[in-house]
Amino acid sequence: MDNERRSLLKAAGAVTAVLVAGLLKPLTALAAWNKEAFGAKTPAAAMKGIGVADAAPSKDLVIDAPEIAENGAVVPIEIASAIAGTRSIAVLVDKNPFPLVGRFDFSGGALPFVKLNVKIGETSDVRVIAEAGGKHYVATKNIKVTIGGCGG
Amino acid sequence: MAAGPMKMRATALGGVTDIRVLMAHPMETGQRKGPDGKIVPPHFIQNLTVKVNGATVVEAQISQAVSRNPVFSFRVKGGTKGDKVEVSWYDNQGEANRTEATVA
Repeated sequence: MDNERRSLLKAAGAVTAVLVAGLLKPLTALAAWNKEAFGAKTPAAAMKGIGVADAAPSKDLVIDAPEIAENGAVVPIEIASAIAGTRSIAVLVDKNPFPLVGRFDFSGGALPFVKLNVKIGETSDVRVIAEAGGKHYVATKNIKVTIGGCGG
Repeated sequence: MAAGPMKMRATALGGVTDIRVLMAHPMETGQRKGPDGKIVPPHFIQNLTVKVNGATVVEAQISQAVSRNPVFSFRVKGGTKGDKVEVSWYDNQGEANRTEATVA
């Protein structure tokens, strides 16, 4: 009786191991997710994680977003870069627990433009960093949040 | 809530193709407590790829700070009616989905 239980547990364990291995596989096959940058708890550490040492402020990097967000769970942000040769755009919300929201790499005919909805926990600067010709450019916009985005 | 279907629309206008895509996904941050008082484990899309006629145009890595049921807009130069646009994603729990649309 007891023996049977042991072997059953063992079998269950083996099945779990197989399932976990199966789940992890598709992730490793992809371009890795930048764990270091996304796990960073300060904007400075997140920027370091995506290889941004210093970024020059630029007026050609435009953030279109509301100044006051009534609902921090869904804040629409539209970003467009007029900097020639923009290859990527990264979005950070300075005061979020994990500031880095995303990084978009453009190739082929893609225009350096993205529109997305983000969660903003409290009133914060939104920081956008564009990469063009090996240099980094930054623009920021302060967004006031009246209801936080982390309460669900 | 589990990850669900996607919707996409691609429109060619004035030499630019506008791609709008919606993904049904909970985008759990791992910071929120469920009704049982336990932390809801993080569950969010991490990788996003946009292809036009098979060629990658946007490759993105995103975090749990993207809102639930994410909506993205992208723009691609050129493009004519009938071009195939494909968007796919992978999340941190190994789920994946993809959708295709024809430029209108």
